[in-house]
Amino acid sequence: MRDKRCSEDDVVAEIASGMTIGIGGWGSRRKPMSLVRAIARSPVTGLTVVSYGGPDVGLLCATGKVRKVVSAFVSLDSIPLEPHYRAARQAGRVEEEPWDEGLLLLGLQAAAWRLPFLPSRVGLGSDLLRLNARLSTVRSPFDDGEELVAAPALELDVALCHLNVGDAGGNAAFLGPDLYFDDLFLRAARRRFVSVERVVPTAELLSVAQTEQRMRVNRTMVDGVVERAGGAHFTSCEPEYRRDEAFQQRYATSARTPDDWAAFRADWLDVSESDYQARRVALS
Amino acid sequence: MSNEGKAPQRATRAEVCVVAVAECFRGDGEILANPIGTIPMIGGRLARATFEPDLVMTDGEAALVRNDEAFEFPGGTVLEAYNPYRAMFDMVWSGKRHVIMSGSQLDAYGNHNFAAIGSDYGAPRVQLLGFRGAPGNTIQNTTSYWIPSHSRQVFVEHVDVVTGIGCDRAAELGAAARYFSLRRVVTNLCVMDFGGPAHRLRLVSLHPGVSLEDVVAATGFELALAEPVVASRPPDAHELRLIRDVIDPGGLREREVPETASA
Repeated sequence: MRDKRCSEDDVVAEIASGMTIGIGGWGSRRKPMSLVRAIARSPVTGLTVVSYGGPDVGLLCATGKVRKVVSAFVSLDSIPLEPHYRAARQAGRVEEEPWDEGLLLLGLQAAAWRLPFLPSRVGLGSDLLRLNARLSTVRSPFDDGEELVAAPALELDVALCHLNVGDAGGNAAFLGPDLYFDDLFLRAARRRFVSVERVVPTAELLSVAQTEQRMRVNRTMVDGVVERAGGAHFTSCEPEYRRDEAFQQRYATSARTPDDWAAFRADWLDVSESDYQARRVALS
Repeated sequence: MSNEGKAPQRATRAEVCVVAVAECFRGDGEILANPIGTIPMIGGRLARATFEPDLVMTDGEAALVRNDEAFEFPGGTVLEAYNPYRAMFDMVWSGKRHVIMSGSQLDAYGNHNFAAIGSDYGAPRVQLLGFRGAPGNTIQNTTSYWIPSHSRQVFVEHVDVVTGIGCDRAAELGAAARYFSLRRVVTNLCVMDFGGPAHRLRLVSLHPGVSLEDVVAATGFELALAEPVVASRPPDAHELRLIRDVIDPGGLREREVPETASA
């Protein structure tokens, strides 16, 4: 088994301007924020970001990394509207390709299974078909002849996820309430990277996970592993930590004025990840 | 504080709204009641604790729980089943679900928008939630809406973006929309259904203290009227006790529909 441990900077080195990247988690829950911060500090631009969006999307929009967002929502959960995403959208700086939450699952699943599309009734009659140029319809070849929406495969150049625990080879487990769609993001991508709260020997994975049913990421799905305690901060990573609501509030209010944003950026983005982690621990 | 054994106290507007939401689920049987938002969640719990005992409900995260409490579970949760997001789509697409969603705009046919305000989707005047699950919800399972602030900003002639489909669009789709089912719209002022001409919105009941004129003034299109328009049912003493002592002892409902602003 190869040792795939690497750093956030190693991961960012694999991301080129204009790529399509998928980010796991959901809203402000278990987002690979240390990887997102590393992208935000990098010279990369023009990304297409596929995500059940939260501050990952907002932060990358605020730092000018994003051309297009492929998503059904961008939300901080306890703050329903992501203020940095809102600002970017309302200024026309970022394009949104709208999806339904469930259709997005099908698009990722189609890519994971190397299919061109998967059919669904979802989207019929709504403005999704008007506003998302990639969605199309397909007719059932069977007796029903029903016209269905074709959710196109969402093929990703790079996928980034944060899980609770993993080994050096890229096996990983989630310990919180929900895997979300992390496995699909990883299977839909050409290059796949996970950050984990901690790396343990393979022989200890099951005892940490407590049940094999949480061991949902295997090493054929992963090219690199970043060990980063607090890597999902300020989003939640249960059971290790809940969302840092006070910090999230600070992040949200930084969207108010350019000065507020500059101050947040200086304190929390234009610093190394280890400095970030040390500061946020000192703050709490 | 228990109200048991006393004469029923006057219900607040928020509590009338809770009952109106609960009534949306009447007759649903053994499906997932998935009311999104504060008063919807309380209403769903109330329906299950009284007249719809077979309903299944979530803890707001990834589990189906038996608890009557809506938000805080001081004694822990009683888990019935695991229900992560992926399983939620299984519930939606198999039709075993009645969702209550919020909305930023609704037209007379129930076309729904909570994605964006403005004519240019490339640079909307106001970016809202996005499409979320609205397209799938409306075409695959039963949907109702909860509007905590009934106004002409919400009830409009035309929505800017159709996120959830209304009765006219469903009719155009024909058989493809055979699982479409819009049930009710509950607001801080009234209850409406889609029993008007061509399945337009129809006023069914007015909450205590609200006049027909109030609703008409707050609605941006011509509203059909049930014959007769009745008074929204207030909670009985048992329901009031459940709401206040068990389901929402923290009183979150009064923050969503404050008594002073709506009375």
